[in-house]
Amino acid sequence: MSRILLDPVTRIEGHLKVEAYLENGTVKEAKSTGTLFRGIELILHGRDPRDAQHITQRICGVCPTSHSIAATFNLDSAFGIADRIPDNGRILRNLILGAAHLSDHILHFYHLAALDYVDVTKVAAYDGKDSALNTVKAFIERGELGPFVPRYEGDYRFPAEIDQELVGHYVQALTVRRKGQEMLAIFGGRIPHNPAVVPGGVTEAPTVDKITSFLWRLNEIKDFIDNVYLPDVFTVAKTYSDYFEIGRGCGNLLSYGNYDLDGTDADYLGRNRLMKQGTVSADLRLEPVDPDKIAEYVTNSWYEDSTTGLKPAEGLTVPTENWGKGYSWVKAPRYEGKVYEVGPLARVLASYLSGQPAIKTLVDSALSAAAIHPQALFSVLGRHLARALCAKVLADSMGDWLLQLKPGEPVYIPYEIPDESKGMGLVDGARGALGHWIEIKNKRISRYQCVVPSTWNMSPRDDQGQPGPLEQALIGTRVKDEANPFELVRIVRSFDPCLACAIHVMTPKGRTLAKFRVG
Amino acid sequence: MAKTLEYPVIWLQGATCTGCPVSVLNSVSPTIKNLLIDEILPGKHVSLKFQATVMAGSGEQVITAMEDTRKQHKGGYILVAEGAIPTRSNGRYCSLGERNGALVPIADRAAELGSDALAVIALGTCAAYGGIAAAAPNASQSVSVPEFFRSTGINTPLINVPGCPPHPDWFMGTVASVLLMGLPESKDLDEFGRLKSFYGSLIHENCQRRAYYDEKKFAKKLSDEGCLYELGCKGPVTHADCPNRLWNGGANWCVGCGGMCIGCTSPGFPDLVSPIYQKAPDVALPNIGASK
Repeated sequence: MSRILLDPVTRIEGHLKVEAYLENGTVKEAKSTGTLFRGIELILHGRDPRDAQHITQRICGVCPTSHSIAATFNLDSAFGIADRIPDNGRILRNLILGAAHLSDHILHFYHLAALDYVDVTKVAAYDGKDSALNTVKAFIERGELGPFVPRYEGDYRFPAEIDQELVGHYVQALTVRRKGQEMLAIFGGRIPHNPAVVPGGVTEAPTVDKITSFLWRLNEIKDFIDNVYLPDVFTVAKTYSDYFEIGRGCGNLLSYGNYDLDGTDADYLGRNRLMKQGTVSADLRLEPVDPDKIAEYVTNSWYEDSTTGLKPAEGLTVPTENWGKGYSWVKAPRYEGKVYEVGPLARVLASYLSGQPAIKTLVDSALSAAAIHPQALFSVLGRHLARALCAKVLADSMGDWLLQLKPGEPVYIPYEIPDESKGMGLVDGARGALGHWIEIKNKRISRYQCVVPSTWNMSPRDDQGQPGPLEQALIGTRVKDEANPFELVRIVRSFDPCLACAIHVMTPKGRTLAKFRVG
Repeated sequence: MAKTLEYPVIWLQGATCTGCPVSVLNSVSPTIKNLLIDEILPGKHVSLKFQATVMAGSGEQVITAMEDTRKQHKGGYILVAEGAIPTRSNGRYCSLGERNGALVPIADRAAELGSDALAVIALGTCAAYGGIAAAAPNASQSVSVPEFFRSTGINTPLINVPGCPPHPDWFMGTVASVLLMGLPESKDLDEFGRLKSFYGSLIHENCQRRAYYDEKKFAKKLSDEGCLYELGCKGPVTHADCPNRLWNGGANWCVGCGGMCIGCTSPGFPDLVSPIYQKAPDVALPNIGASK
C-alpha cells in the first residue's frame, strides 16, 4: 500500500494530520490525527463558573462566538435561569451568533475551501479594468507567490475568465467577512473573543443607532450571499459535479439546531429554533436528539483507557503518554454507539425533514437547480451547499430579529451562583453540534466538559474500531494523482475542520494555582 | 519601475486557538489583501511563505517551502510566532509535519526557525507570555516564545505583540515599523517587550467610563451604566490603547459594550487577572488614589 501524508492540513483551524493508505489508487484506510493538546477544560477546573464564557472562547479563535453561546446556555442552565433570559438578551445573542456564522461560512467557502477549485495564477492573463484583479496580476508578475504557491497542481477545471471572476470574489469576500465581524462587535463588543454574551443575557443595550448600523452591514452581506456566494457555490457544483458522489461519509447526522425563536423552554432541545434539532439517517429518517445517548471513546486516542465510554456529563479524561496505543488527541464521541456527522448538512436536513418552510423551499429549489436527489447532499458539494443555505436562511431572518429588539428594555437579569449545581448547554455552532456540560461545587467549577463539532467529525476510530466521519468519507475514494491528491483535501475541507476545538481535556483533580510575579 | 523588495515571512502556529490570525484578517487599513498581495509600503512587499490558515498547499510541499525559506533567507526572514510552546515530554503535545517518519515537535520548529530569523514577532498573549495555553495547571507545560528562546540560548531580536486576541493594528503597525525603521530600540519597548506606542498607557487612563470612576458612580450589575471597576474590570491594571483605537473598525470595544476589560494584554493573563468578575485589588493611579 502507498501512503499519502497530509501534515499539516492547511486552510483549516488548528493542527490536523491526515494519513491515507492506498491500494491501486483507492483509499483503503485513513487516519485523522489532532496534533495539538492544550487542556482547556483542565484550566477551567476550580475557577469561577462565569469565567467559562471567556476561557472556552479561547478554545477556538475561529468559532469563539459559538463557544460563548454554548457556555452561557450551560451557565444559564446551571444557575436555573435558562427560561428567564429577557427577549432582548435572547435576540441579541441570536444576532451576535448570526453575525459570527455569516462571517464564518463566507470565510470557509472563499478563503479556506475555494483554492482547491480556483486557479489564482490564471489572473496573470487578466486584461480587464478591475483594480483588485490588476493588483493580483501585479503580485503574480513580481514572482513571489507565497502563500498561494506551492499548491497541488493539475485538476483546476475552470476557464480563465471564471477563475478570474472567482479570485475577484475571494478578494471581495475578505471585506464582506470582515464587515460581518464588525457587525458582531456592534453588540458583542469585539471579536475574536466577545465580552458581551454573559449568563443572564448580554451586557450591551440595543439602541436605534446600533440597530441601524447593524442592519446596513447585514444588508450588504445578504446581498453578497444572494448574488455572489450562492451563485458561486452552484458554479463550483456544476463544473465539479462528480463531487456530489465523493466524500459521502458515515450517513448519520446530528443537529442541536440554533437560533432560539422563543426562550421560555428551559430545555434547549425542546425549544423552537430557526434551524431544527434532530438526528437524520442515511434514508432521511428524522428522530429527536437524546443527549443521554452520547458517550466518548478513547481507545484510539492518547487518553487513559479506563476513561472510555463515559457520557459527557460524567466525562473523565486523563491524558496518557503511552504513545503506542492510539493516534490522536481527539476523542471519539458516538451517539448510541454509532458514528454521526455534525455540521451545516445536519442542520439543513434536520430542518428540511422537520418541514421548516424557508429551508424546505430553499433545499427543494437547490436540489432541482443542481438536478440531484437529497441523498447526493451526503457529499463534498452537499456540505458546501448546505453551508451556503444556512447562511442564506440566517441572513434572511436576522433583519426581522433586529426589529424585534426593544430599546430601553432589559437585556440581562441578575442571578445568584448556586453552591452546587449541574448544567448543560446545547447549540449548533457554525461547524455543528456543540455541547458544554458543567458541574459546580462550592460555587466553583468542579467539572467542565465540551463535545464540539470537530470532535465528532475528525474523531479517530472508537472502541469497536469504527472509523470517524472524516475517515469514513476518505475510505473508498479514488485518487487520480497521488502526488496531487486533490480528492483528499477537498473531502477534508468540506467538513470545515476546527482542531483546536476538537481537543480538550477534563480531569477530576484539583488545580494548583501557578505563582505569577509581575514586574 | 524600481524593483520591489521582498520581505520573507514565516508564520508558525504553536499552542494557539487561531484567534490571532482571525484578528489580523479583521484589519481595516491596511486590509489583509494589502498585506498579502500589495506592496504594504511603497517598494516593500511581505512575502508570506508559510501561514497554515491561508496558504494554498498542504503537507510535505508546504513544510519544504518553510524549510527552503529558512535556508535561502538565513538571517533575513521575519518569524511570526503565534501560540505558546508546549515543552512536556520533549514537546510531544504539539507537532507539525514529520521528519524521517517521526512527528516534529513545534518546539523543534520554533528553535530552528527562531535561530535563523532576522527578528521574531511573538504574536498574541500565548506567544508573548504563555497566556491561555500556559494557564494553570498547564498540563502541556507550555511556555512563552521568549521564555523558550531564553531556555534554548536563542538571542534573535524579539518584539511582543500581546492581546487575546491582539488588535490587528498592533500587528500591522509592528510589521510596518520593522519594514520602515528596522528593529525597535530598547527605549521603544516597555519592560514586557511591547512597543510603547501601542501599550504605553493604561486602559483606565483613556476609558470612556473614566468620568464615572472619578465621580464614584459604579455599575451595580452588568448592563448598568457606570464604571465597571467594582464588577471586576481590569482596565486599571492593563496596558493597551483600546479606548482610543476601538475594535473591529471602530464598531465597539470591551468596556464600550459593558463587558469590561479582562486584562488580555497582560503578562499572567488569565490567572493573574481572574476571577474575571471579581474586583481587582485597589491600585494607586496617578491623580486618582485608591477607589472608594
